[in-house]
Amino acid sequence: MSVRELLEAHGRPPREVYFDLENSGYVPREVVEAMVPYFNSVGYGHPSITHRPGWEAYEVIHETKELLSRVLGAGGLGEFTIVHSGTEANNLAILGHALARRERRGKILVSAIEHLSVIQPAELAEKLFGFRVVRIPVDGEGFVDPGVLQELVDRETSLVSVQTVNHEIGTVQDVRELSRIVKEVNPSAVFHTDAADAFGRMPLDLRRLEGVDMLTISSHKVHGPRGVGVLFVREGVELEPVLRGQLSSERLWPGVENVPLIAGFRKAVELAFDGFEEHVSRMRGLRDALVRGLVERVPDVLLNGPSDFGRRAPDNANLSFLYVEGEALTVELSLHGVYVASGSACTSRILEPSHVLLAIGRKHEEAHGSVLLKTSRYHAVEDVEYALEVFPKAVARLRSISAARPGSPL
Amino acid sequence: MSTRIPLPYTPRVLELFRNPKNAGPMEDADVVESAGSPACGDMIRLYLKVSERNGEEFIERATFESYGCAANIAAASILTEVVTGKSMREAWAVSWRELADELGGLPPIKYHCSILAVGALKRAIRSYYGRVGRRPDWLPESLTIEERQTLEEEKMIEMLYSGRGFRITVAFPRGGSGDQGS
Repeated sequence: MSVRELLEAHGRPPREVYFDLENSGYVPREVVEAMVPYFNSVGYGHPSITHRPGWEAYEVIHETKELLSRVLGAGGLGEFTIVHSGTEANNLAILGHALARRERRGKILVSAIEHLSVIQPAELAEKLFGFRVVRIPVDGEGFVDPGVLQELVDRETSLVSVQTVNHEIGTVQDVRELSRIVKEVNPSAVFHTDAADAFGRMPLDLRRLEGVDMLTISSHKVHGPRGVGVLFVREGVELEPVLRGQLSSERLWPGVENVPLIAGFRKAVELAFDGFEEHVSRMRGLRDALVRGLVERVPDVLLNGPSDFGRRAPDNANLSFLYVEGEALTVELSLHGVYVASGSACTSRILEPSHVLLAIGRKHEEAHGSVLLKTSRYHAVEDVEYALEVFPKAVARLRSISAARPGSPL
Repeated sequence: MSTRIPLPYTPRVLELFRNPKNAGPMEDADVVESAGSPACGDMIRLYLKVSERNGEEFIERATFESYGCAANIAAASILTEVVTGKSMREAWAVSWRELADELGGLPPIKYHCSILAVGALKRAIRSYYGRVGRRPDWLPESLTIEERQTLEEEKMIEMLYSGRGFRITVAFPRGGSGDQGS
């Protein structure tokens, strides 16, 4: 099998629009340019060694953390740990907690729609150390009911993890209230929130989030390079490193820091927060136009996630196109240069579709037809218009040969 | 999203996905059978027009409808091409591996698409002889590997649904007459 042959057969469509910002993102020129010098002309040293290139490297790390502290409203430099992905940051939060409290064990509460990098480490903590994992149920739009959480938290609760924004369906949780409830019932319980999909899209103020002990950020979700994640760990929160080896500037993560990528992340954060309101209103406007247009132009479509857009991330669009299978739709759209992802089982290693869509009560056949798009300030109105032109044709083509139709004999 | 895997399709898969052969229902089909279900995320419906020559049945025409991934559509398409003009006996001998080879190969995780296509074919052939009321000597009574796997995939979904407390909204096709969908 040759991937090159596949790409040749596919060809490059005359027009291309990338909406799969969930899975990997477009890195703008300014960010790329911010990285380049750090490979070979400045800061290529190890940040913990006493020479100029080392100090230059350390400056990048130091300034990145200062910047994070500024945009998040709080956080000392020692409270930010830079790792190599959001997945690593979530693993550090969950498994690092489990390691630190392995003697006491207790319960780990995670919402049913958390990212797999939260759910699976929690399951591993159960298997390795005997913690008990409790899934916090969500409603049909992905919301955790504060009353339900209050009933689930008890004195045995060691850790609670609820996303600020869901990565697939854009549900915005009231993390301030949820963390307050947890602390009220059990002050020794630790509260973690995966804010990878909230950072750069909605105001996040650590001063207001008093109950949040740990918070995850991912670089590629703000148009930074892949390969940088950050875990905020409030001072005094017990956590043990998960990986072992020579420590450098990070107390909780060993290995040599990837300074060029961190420099790119720093630039991406600067750009995201320079004109923040404007960026958010732009992605919101484009997303609204996209969802409205798709629902108007394509029959038999379901919106997955909050219908009240005030409680939905401004960039998120997740729709199920009934009677077509999502993977086929991603390929069909790709042939026309519109790049999206699907929660179908057909893109996965297992037969089951997205656990998020199943948790909000979608039937399998509804989840299989799901498509996830995210808008950003780098999209133009014309990009959305082009997608709205391509989508109806793509869905119609696949429906015309589909074995699944309303009321048709199976 | 659930756990992902790269799917480097062959140019043949992409070509048949883009321009499938023999897609669509057949008005005058002698037999119509399905395999899989929308809940599985994979479903193929196969239409066969059968004619008799010198005491032997031949597949005169074959068409398909597919609800499924690109590999599923390509597998169903290549199946119709492979079986057209074959005697029923020759068609029965077509294996899922043969279809995968015709496609220039499939990623292992997509083998089940080819298995499902052959599962639909075998169901259709059985169904045809069931209707005629005669079992040729080459048609085994026990289920073939493709038929068993197809049943397993359908059952697995049924279990997933009942285990989760969801109502089962899709009727699974079982030989003979067409069942009703959701």
